[in-house]
Amino acid sequence: MIIGLGHYLFVAAVLFTMGVLGIFLNRKNVIVILMCVELMLLAVNINLVSFSVFQGNVVGQVFAMLVLTVAAAEAAIGLAILVVYFRNRGTIEVEDINAMKG
Amino acid sequence: MDLAIKLIVLLPLVAAAIAGLFCRVIGDRPAQIVTTAALLISAALSVFLFAKIGFGPENAKAFTVRLFTWFDSGTLDVAWSLRVDTLTVVMLIVVTGVSSMVHLYSIGYMAEDPSIPRFMSYLSLFTFFMLMLVTSDNLVQLFFGWEGVGLASYLLIGFWYEKKSANDAAMKAFIVNRVGDFGFALGIFAVFMLSGSVGFADIFAKAPEMAKMRFSFLGMDVPALEAACLLLFVGAMGKSAQLFLHTWLPDAMEGPTPVSALIHAATMVTAGVFMLCRLSPLFELAPVASTVVTLIGASTAFFAATIGITQFDIKRVIAYSTCSQLGYMFFAAGVGAYPAAMFHLTTHAFFKALLFLCAGSVIHALHHEQDMRKMGGVRVKVPQTYWLMWIGNLALAGIGIPYILGEGIGFAGFYSKDMMIEAAYGVHTSIGLYAFWMGVIAAFLTAFYSTRQMFMTFHGTYRGDHHTWDHAHESPPTMLIPLYVLGVGALLSGYLGYQWFVGHHWHEFWGPVFSKTTGEVLHHAHEVPAWVKLLPLVFALAGIALSYLYYIARPSLAEATVKRFPGLHAFLYNKWYFDELYDAIFVKPALRLGRFFWKKGDVATIDGLGPDNIAARAQDVAGVLMRFQSGYLYHYAFAMLVGVAALVTYFMFAR
Repeated sequence: MIIGLGHYLFVAAVLFTMGVLGIFLNRKNVIVILMCVELMLLAVNINLVSFSVFQGNVVGQVFAMLVLTVAAAEAAIGLAILVVYFRNRGTIEVEDINAMKG
Repeated sequence: MDLAIKLIVLLPLVAAAIAGLFCRVIGDRPAQIVTTAALLISAALSVFLFAKIGFGPENAKAFTVRLFTWFDSGTLDVAWSLRVDTLTVVMLIVVTGVSSMVHLYSIGYMAEDPSIPRFMSYLSLFTFFMLMLVTSDNLVQLFFGWEGVGLASYLLIGFWYEKKSANDAAMKAFIVNRVGDFGFALGIFAVFMLSGSVGFADIFAKAPEMAKMRFSFLGMDVPALEAACLLLFVGAMGKSAQLFLHTWLPDAMEGPTPVSALIHAATMVTAGVFMLCRLSPLFELAPVASTVVTLIGASTAFFAATIGITQFDIKRVIAYSTCSQLGYMFFAAGVGAYPAAMFHLTTHAFFKALLFLCAGSVIHALHHEQDMRKMGGVRVKVPQTYWLMWIGNLALAGIGIPYILGEGIGFAGFYSKDMMIEAAYGVHTSIGLYAFWMGVIAAFLTAFYSTRQMFMTFHGTYRGDHHTWDHAHESPPTMLIPLYVLGVGALLSGYLGYQWFVGHHWHEFWGPVFSKTTGEVLHHAHEVPAWVKLLPLVFALAGIALSYLYYIARPSLAEATVKRFPGLHAFLYNKWYFDELYDAIFVKPALRLGRFFWKKGDVATIDGLGPDNIAARAQDVAGVLMRFQSGYLYHYAFAMLVGVAALVTYFMFAR
C-alpha cells in the first residue's frame, strides 16, 4: 500500500478534530486546553509539511518551522500566565474561570 | 391721593416679601415689626382716604390710578389699576383696619410658634391680595385678587402643615372654592362676550344693552345678563361660603385663630358681597339672578344659624355664625339694599373679628382648648376678654334700644342687621318676605347661640382639667389692644355709620356707586311698620332669654331637649349631613373615577402598553442573550467553531 497525501491529511484532520473537541469537551483543566491548542497547531504542521513534500516546494517546511517557533513561544507565555493565575486564584479549573460571565 | 392708594396697596406686599424672603436673615421680631408697621401705615392712610372720598364733595367721589398695562390683546385691554370710590374706601378701612389689628394680635398669639416670619408674611400677602381685589377697576384684576386671597387662605389654613386635619381643611377650602371660581371665571367670560370689555366703567355703561340680549342654550332662550349674573354669583357663593358651597368654612377653623378672624370672618369671605355690590348695576338689571341671590342668602342665614346652636367647638360656632351673617348680607344685596349689605359687612367685620380674637384669647389662656364642654367659669381668669366678648356677641345678636336718640341706640349689629331685615320686608315681594322671616328666625337663633357660647364658656363651673385651669391667664397687651380697638368698632361703628351708610346721607356718602333704585329700596326699608322694626329685636331678646334659661337657670334642660328630639339634634349637630352627602355624591365617585384612570387608564393601558411594555420586552430579549454569555472559554470557542464551520460550509456549497 502506498501512503499518499490523503493519508497524511487524514491523520492531520483527526489530530485537528481531537484538538478542537479537547478544547470544548474538556471540563477540567486549562493545561489540557493549552495542549489541545498545541495539538491543533501540530495538525496544521503536518498538513504544511505533507503538502510541501508532495508539491516539491520547500516554503511549506519553512513555514512549519515558523509555526513551531510560535507554538513554543505561545506555550511558554501560556504556561507562565497559568502559573500566575494559579497563584492569584488558587485554581485553574475551567469551571471556575468565568469572570467574563454577563 | 395717588401716592396714598399706591402705598396702601403695595406696603403689605413689600412687607410680605421682606418677612417671607429674608426671614432667616432678619429673624422673628423684625419680621413682626415690618409687617405690622406696614399694615398700621396702610390703615392710617386708609382712614385718610376714607375721609377724603367718603365725606368729600360730589365731584371728587372717585378716581382711578392706572399703574401699567397687564395685557392688551385685540379688544381685551387689561391694566393694573387702582380704582378708588366710596365702596373701595369702605373696604379699605375694613381690610387694613382688621388686618393691622390681627397683625398686632398675632405677635402675642403666635409668640411660641416656630415659624413666625412665615405666618406674618402670609398675613401681609393676604392683605395685599385683598387690597388688589377691592381696588380693582376691571374683572380680571378682581379675579387676580380673588384667586390670590384663595391662595393665601389655603396657605394659612394649612399653616400647621404637620397636622393632617389642617392639610385636609386647606385642600377642602381650595377645592370647594375652585367650584365657585369656575362659575366666576365663566361669568367674567360671559360679561366680556356681552360687553366686549372687562373694565367696570365700560361694563356698566353697556348694562342696559346687555339686559336686552338673549342667547339660546340647549334649545332654551336664555336672557344673557341673568346667566352671566348667576355665574358670577356662583363665584360669590364659593368665596362667601353660601349654602351648597359652605362646607369649607367651618373646616377652615383648623388655621390659627388670627387667620380665622382676618380671612374667614372679616375680609376674604365678604369678597362675594363686595363683588355683588361692585356689580350692582348689573344685578339690578337681572331680577331672576337677584331673586336667586336672596333665596340662597336667606336660606344660608337660617341654615347656618341652626347648625350654630348645636356646635361645641368655640370657633366653629363663630364660623357658622359668619356663614349665617354672610347670608344676611346676600339677601340684602339680593333685594337691592346694597348699602345695607355693605353696612353690615363693615360692622360685621368689626364684631366678628372681635369675637374670633376673643375666642383666640380664651383658647390661648386655656392652652389651645377649643371645646366649650371643657370650659365654663373662665370669666374670672380672663375678665377683660369676657367683657369684650359680650360686646361682640351683643353686637352680633343686634341688641339695642329702639326709638331713642333718633334711630335708637345699640351695638353695631343692631343697626345693620335690622336695616337688612327691614329692607327685605320693604320690597314687598314674596321672596323678600321669605328673606324677612328667615332673617327674623335666624336673628333669634343668632342671639341664642351667641349667648349660649358666652354662658358655656364664661359662666357656670369649670369642666376641664385643673392643670389647665391653674395656668390660665389673661392675654398679653399685644393681644388685648386689638381687642379694645375692635371692641370700640363693635360698639360705635353702627351708631356712627348709620346715617352715612343707609340713612339720610346715603347718597352723599356713596356718590355714584349705587343707583337710584337702591335709594327707593332704602326708602321703603325706612317706612316699614313698627312691628317689623321691633320684631328682630324681640326675637333676639327671646333668644337670649331662652339661652339663659337653658344654660344658666336650668342647665339640665339642654340635655333633656336633646333627649326629646334626638333626630333633630343629630341632624343639626351633623350640619344637615352636608359633608356626608357631598362625600357620597362627589368625593367618593371622584376618587373612584380617579382610581380607575390611575389603575386602568394610566398604569394598565398607557404604561402597560407603552414604556413599561417595551422595557419588559427588551429585558426578556436581554435575558435570553445573557445566557450565551456564560463566561466559559470553551463556550466561546465552540461558538467560534460553529461560526467557522458555517462559513466554510457556506462557501463550499453556495458556489
